[in-house]
Amino acid sequence: MAVSATSAAQSLRSGGLLLQTGPFTFRIRSPHAGVARNFNLLYANHASLAQSAPVDFDVQISDGAAWRRYWRRQACFVFDGRAVFEPLPAAHAFALLEWAMNWCISTHAHQYLIVHAAVLSRDDRALILPAPPGSGKSTLCAALTHSGWRLLSDELTLIDMRDGRIWPLCRPVSLKNASIQVVRQFAPQAVFGEVTRDTAKGDVMHMAVPVEHLRQVQQPALARWIVYPRYQAGADTCLQPRPRAGAVVDLARNAFNFHFQGDAGFEMLCDVVEGCDCFDFRYSRLPEAIAAFDALANDTPGA
Amino acid sequence: MQPRDMRPADLLAAVLTGRASPPASDDGWLALLSQARRANLAARLAQQLHASGITVPPQTRWQLDGAVKAQRHLARLMALELRRVAQALRSDGVGFVLLKGTAYLAAGLPAASARQFGDIDLLVRQADLAAAEAALMGGGWVNLDASPYDQRYYREWMHEIPPLTHISRGSVIDLHHTIVPPTSVFRVDGADLLAHALPVADSQGLQVLQPTDMVLHSMVHLFTDGEFDNGLRDLLDLWDLLRHFNQHDAGFWDALLARAQVLGLGRPLHHALHHLERLAGPTVPDRLRPQLQLLQPPLPARWLMQWLLRVGLRPQHPACRQPGDGLARWLLYVRSHWLRMPLRLLLPHLLRKAWVQRFPVKDGKEQAAA
Repeated sequence: MAVSATSAAQSLRSGGLLLQTGPFTFRIRSPHAGVARNFNLLYANHASLAQSAPVDFDVQISDGAAWRRYWRRQACFVFDGRAVFEPLPAAHAFALLEWAMNWCISTHAHQYLIVHAAVLSRDDRALILPAPPGSGKSTLCAALTHSGWRLLSDELTLIDMRDGRIWPLCRPVSLKNASIQVVRQFAPQAVFGEVTRDTAKGDVMHMAVPVEHLRQVQQPALARWIVYPRYQAGADTCLQPRPRAGAVVDLARNAFNFHFQGDAGFEMLCDVVEGCDCFDFRYSRLPEAIAAFDALANDTPGA
Repeated sequence: MQPRDMRPADLLAAVLTGRASPPASDDGWLALLSQARRANLAARLAQQLHASGITVPPQTRWQLDGAVKAQRHLARLMALELRRVAQALRSDGVGFVLLKGTAYLAAGLPAASARQFGDIDLLVRQADLAAAEAALMGGGWVNLDASPYDQRYYREWMHEIPPLTHISRGSVIDLHHTIVPPTSVFRVDGADLLAHALPVADSQGLQVLQPTDMVLHSMVHLFTDGEFDNGLRDLLDLWDLLRHFNQHDAGFWDALLARAQVLGLGRPLHHALHHLERLAGPTVPDRLRPQLQLLQPPLPARWLMQWLLRVGLRPQHPACRQPGDGLARWLLYVRSHWLRMPLRLLLPHLLRKAWVQRFPVKDGKEQAAA
């Protein structure tokens, strides 16, 4: 059952809209029309929940200072009764909500080791793409999502601390600047939100999770490949094995909550990397990149 | 077992002191957790619920477990950091005493067991202040962002120097030479406290205040500070300390009252015990009640203070908000300055603070990021 557009807008303004995304349930409240519009575009196929369902996080994207409600209106992320970030212009309200939800998960959900990386899967074998901003990680993630790979998350890799399984988060993929146009051309069938201009990261737009991926939200995957992508204009496609030893340290550095996990976190990362092949990946042309990952999935890298 | 006089706004305190059961509904649990997080008491809530064998619904369970993981990590870091502080100061031969949370941790007191640690509070002799600052600077702790005005304000009028922040690890040290500002209505001689400090067993020279002074300092700190961000946490620390010291020394309560008289800290003692008993139930031995009665302020002031502190000791959470809270918190803020310095210093200072707040130079809040 899907959330209907008008009732979503109404719930956001009044009692709150319940959203289940992967293992987490959010109650979202916001008077901002931009939040409702993007929500209807991007979360239309997410399961709707009864108002009485248990909630993990209660988040508000509220107005900022009262005197700015009618002049240069602001959006402010409120959690536990306090403003967590600096207020942003009202036009950034939906992008702020997406960042806010990521913040809630990465600062609280320590039952997972959370690595800042995109993660997709093929037959429940997970491909982890850790990379700094600007490396083309999200672009690649969006393209793979529409090329036979199942999207788990484009930002937060949730590794279950009990058994190392990676759980889908099933949230929209965040695209920035030039990659907005690239992905629109690559996957015209995809559903997109509105473009938010001039955020701290430039222009931002989100791409919805395909319905068939949402249906597999209960289906975890096991880490099989760790690939460090780097977009380089004009570069030839190049997938090169890299030593696994460094990957443990590197994933630890990219994790939000490695330090909270103690020894168990280190052992978990060792186990994860143990089961993986690691590669550096340089690319500039998406179709070739997809072919390289298909070869990887068919165990014929470099073919 | 909801006590009759307990207000919903004090639910967190009631649950943490075992005087009320947590709410049964999912929304009630969510609200309780949210208040606990806001008051830096989530790990303590987890500990309390575990100790009383209360079943917690799954969506609250994982969050409490996460809070415990985070608290344990912070406690481990703090223990390491204390070793580094001691190393820096000892290599320069500067004696020091740990205050508040770090003292509870070093001394292995129950108050440290689920506490969310913040800054490191140290007390040194006034004559050693410069040497201590230099030694800590050698260890990597420096004045990062105090403006020239703040520098002068702290160094001329306060009982501590501007906070020292570690350049790579970010830990913050508040270096004190006494426990109240020299211009304050309370006159406490830091040297007297240092003279009675006690070494911590098996800690290679760490020192803490003797039990009565430790309690009195934490009370003064709680009730003279203008910001009550950790008000409830600090009050519950006191509850832990009082019960622990009383268990180990039958003469503790008498010693505490006597010491409060000597140091002139009867008023903060009264406030602390009043609110502790309001929230946690009877704590003081009955035979000492008449003596404590003498410490309370005269009537109109007493009512005012009771109201202000009732508000201050609640989590700063929308669920706890009541009409007039904003005024109460503002009055507490003004009061904290009133206690710190005479009017001729206070007025220019508050005007300046108001100006800087209205037209800030920079801001401490995080930027939103993915």
